[in-house]
Amino acid sequence: MSGKVHLLVGTRKGAFIFDADESRDDWSIRGPFCDMWPMNHVVGDPATGTIYGAGGNEWFGPAVWKSTDLGATWTHSSEGIGYAEGETPVKSVWSLAPKGNRVYAGVEPAGLFVSDDGGASFTHISGLRDHPSRPEWQPGAGGLILHSLVLHPSDENQIWVAISTAGVFHTADGGRTWQPRNRGTRADFMPEGQNYPEYGQCVHCLVMAPGKPNRLYQQNHCGMYRSDDGGQSWESIEEGLPSTFGFPAAVHPRDPDRLYLLPLNGDIKGRFVPDAKAAVWCTGDSGNTWKDSRAGLPQENAYFGVLRQAMATDSLDPAGVYFGTSTGELYGSRDEGGSWKPIAEHLPPILSVETLVLRS
Amino acid sequence: MSQAHVEPDSAPVHVRLPPAFANLFPDAPRRLEVHAATVSELFDRLDELWPGMRDRLCDTRPAIRRHINVFMDGERLTLASRLPPGSDVFVLTAVSGG
Repeated sequence: MSGKVHLLVGTRKGAFIFDADESRDDWSIRGPFCDMWPMNHVVGDPATGTIYGAGGNEWFGPAVWKSTDLGATWTHSSEGIGYAEGETPVKSVWSLAPKGNRVYAGVEPAGLFVSDDGGASFTHISGLRDHPSRPEWQPGAGGLILHSLVLHPSDENQIWVAISTAGVFHTADGGRTWQPRNRGTRADFMPEGQNYPEYGQCVHCLVMAPGKPNRLYQQNHCGMYRSDDGGQSWESIEEGLPSTFGFPAAVHPRDPDRLYLLPLNGDIKGRFVPDAKAAVWCTGDSGNTWKDSRAGLPQENAYFGVLRQAMATDSLDPAGVYFGTSTGELYGSRDEGGSWKPIAEHLPPILSVETLVLRS
Repeated sequence: MSQAHVEPDSAPVHVRLPPAFANLFPDAPRRLEVHAATVSELFDRLDELWPGMRDRLCDTRPAIRRHINVFMDGERLTLASRLPPGSDVFVLTAVSGG
């Protein structure tokens, strides 16, 4: 029990950090950090312990925050995070993917930036917004946001991004050119006969299976999907789920067939957990069958949702699973989703949850 | 970007920065004097002193951010507004939030 586990929680009113030892039995809370800005995504680099936060403030605009001392002190920068004069300015940073000294940042309105100096300054990866589909990208309820960033574990030229509402795009040349990867995913909000466009789907969350870079899962506004060819084609895996609608998806740290979801009741039904009873749904066979997990979760009068980046697993064995709600509760499981305990309540609405495991 | 020229011996502009900068830029004072002939040039000078401060005050349109107000003599200014030597400038956060 020599390591430390940190939960990095982005909320509407700042970032919070929860600390525990590897037993994950007792959590302490620190925060709010980042000057109470809305923090859309807070991530940690397990190799260095550096924490990055993606946010945007109505007064002061977008920034990437950074802490190299586990949250004790922070810096912020938006140097280079901007479009050309005359274009709609970047409002907020929505997603981060650190890899060594390189940090990718997805923003609203949708675009991708990269830093090669640990988040001090950024460069626009213009190839994505140069895609001919860009004039047709439409904002969802959360804005025109690039919320999912998936890096190939060994090929630095391959990146997948997910944009609401434009769909999944992939680059194989480090961001110079991009291709839509949406074949087989529905757009129920389009007219009959036009429900499977090349792009324009409302993807909510995109994740990669561990050890299988070509296996992707996506929770979509319109269904749940798996791809085994890097997103070139998608297969529906929504049979057995209580709803086709939800936001987050979280993969198991070692088992590529195991995935956790938190379906909501529907896009025009309030977007609560179904029947006001909270459940995490898990598959152990890559989406062929699903099982609900409810032990320790509220089973009456639960009128909350869980947003696209607000669910995560840790890398321990057995794996921990965590999610944060729109009503400010943070739940955790230290037995791979078998049972749940509340870690915190009365937080601001939770936008993101990530884990950082540091071994001494 | 303004190319307005300021005589080095001209009177500086008196600037008050928003209280929120106490956390965002802990080394910056609440009040200071800066040689600048326009609001844009003022923001450039502030950015030289505290890197990143211009980004917090104006966007890439470029324009003063929607919820930031810059006042002189009770009037709201734009980036292009001229600042007479010795003028008092207030940089304030507008009503916003939720």
